[in-house]
Amino acid sequence: MNIKEKEQEIISEFEMFDDWMDKYNYIIETGKSVPVIDSQYKQDQFLIKGCQSQVWLQASMEDGRVVFKADSDALITRGIVGLLIRVLSNQPPQDIVDADLAFIDAIGLKEHLSPTRSNGLVNMIKQMKLYALAFKAKQQGT
Amino acid sequence: MSFNIEQLRREFPLLGQEVNGKPLVYFDNAATTQKPKAVVERLMEYYYKENSNIHRGAHYLSQQATEAYENARETTRLYLNAAFSHEIIFSRGTTEAINLVASSFSKKFVNPGDEILISAMEHHSNIVPWQMACQERGAILKVIPMNERGELLMEEYEKLLSNNTRIVAVTHVSNALGTINPIEEIIALAHQKGIPVLIDGAQAVPHMKVDVQALDCDFYCFSGHKLYGPMGVGVLYGKEEWLQQMPPYQGGGEMIKEVRFSGTTYNELPFKFEAGTPNVGDVLGLEAALRFVSYLRHDEISAYENQLMQYGMEQLQTLENIRFIGTAEKKTSVISFIFNDIHPYDTGIILDKLGIAVRTGHHCAQPTMDFFEVPGTVRVSFAVYNTRQEIDILVEGLKKVRTLFG
Repeated sequence: MNIKEKEQEIISEFEMFDDWMDKYNYIIETGKSVPVIDSQYKQDQFLIKGCQSQVWLQASMEDGRVVFKADSDALITRGIVGLLIRVLSNQPPQDIVDADLAFIDAIGLKEHLSPTRSNGLVNMIKQMKLYALAFKAKQQGT
Repeated sequence: MSFNIEQLRREFPLLGQEVNGKPLVYFDNAATTQKPKAVVERLMEYYYKENSNIHRGAHYLSQQATEAYENARETTRLYLNAAFSHEIIFSRGTTEAINLVASSFSKKFVNPGDEILISAMEHHSNIVPWQMACQERGAILKVIPMNERGELLMEEYEKLLSNNTRIVAVTHVSNALGTINPIEEIIALAHQKGIPVLIDGAQAVPHMKVDVQALDCDFYCFSGHKLYGPMGVGVLYGKEEWLQQMPPYQGGGEMIKEVRFSGTTYNELPFKFEAGTPNVGDVLGLEAALRFVSYLRHDEISAYENQLMQYGMEQLQTLENIRFIGTAEKKTSVISFIFNDIHPYDTGIILDKLGIAVRTGHHCAQPTMDFFEVPGTVRVSFAVYNTRQEIDILVEGLKKVRTLFG
């Protein structure tokens, strides 16, 4: 599945929820299944600091696709991190750079991506795209 | 209780709204309080009828605005029971007031090797200005430690007061913990050694009567917006003897007597410290807030808020796995906690969905959070318009949080 298809899949899943409690329950559960970053990467180098919650992000290149692993100290943040990884991980670098991630708005979680939330998510997306750009440059270089 | 709570709440139109489809429960009062109609109407009246730049104006409006502004200074003097109205300096808020003293006082009185003493529970705005002053003057910042309840260690404080200490800067009430510090004793001990004391009163003034002459503090700072007044205005009280000796903080209009390219002479107090056009409208709004609080009476406010605090503690204690951060014997209007080991941000997001506004995070007091080894807390802070029913709603909300994260 490409990024757009994965986004659509998540949008359909969220359409089933009647109320916000179900939605947040799902996000929290998603948080529990995030491909957790190895503890060796839980260092400042991989830390994206937010005022309210923190995110660790690590990226690697496997068969021409970028693989992300991440973690957060807050579960809701981690759940949203999980959704972002589900969409962006295992995708070609150029697709990651181009992704507009419209699904976040469609599932009503846009408020969590406001820079004023200061939960590290805005910077995480930026960082994911930067990793993708770097891997792309490396690919072209070789 | 002499005031009717329902009637009082109607004075705060914002409180009547719904958030996320639920009636708003506003428990973020230590960050800022809501404004009563009297304050908002005063601002409107000023901008509709009185707006003019003050001092040195020959025309009618300027005279009126000047008089109103200086009357507000007198109202503030009376409110704090300062000896002279020229000891009242209007600032943008507590932060600017502390920066003013840290900068001007240090330029005159702090030299390399000298010490500045603050406490372990300060807000960043009573830490960073002093760090900057220390850096500039080659001085050393010393910190009064606290115990695990969030109370200052007074024996340690006494030991830290040395012949090199130039000033002590301590908060009256901790914004993150709610601790009321024994500032009378702190001031008296410093004065025995001839050391002046600055009190950060941002969290105290909304909850208790402050008499700067009875306290005998040398500087006292507070913000209007935490006291039902407008944002962007605050007060620095300083004893005349210190303010006279301190150099101006900023240069500009209003603070000068004569300007020649060869040199400038400065205006007298309080104008020396109020460079540029002052925030007249908000000063008048602040005056309305002081009148509002005086009308409600401080003893009545304290009694009511203490009841709320007690009820809040009782109800929150019925929840399992709640860890209170800051359990000082003397506290006011702040309950800080971590619930069920759930990250404060997670708790805050779910409470918000339920229409409950609390603050989560480090509360601009990172060293305090480090001391308690927590990333942050959930902070519930009360104002005079909060109710027991709202505390019940909070407790129910926390039960929902537990269900979700359990």
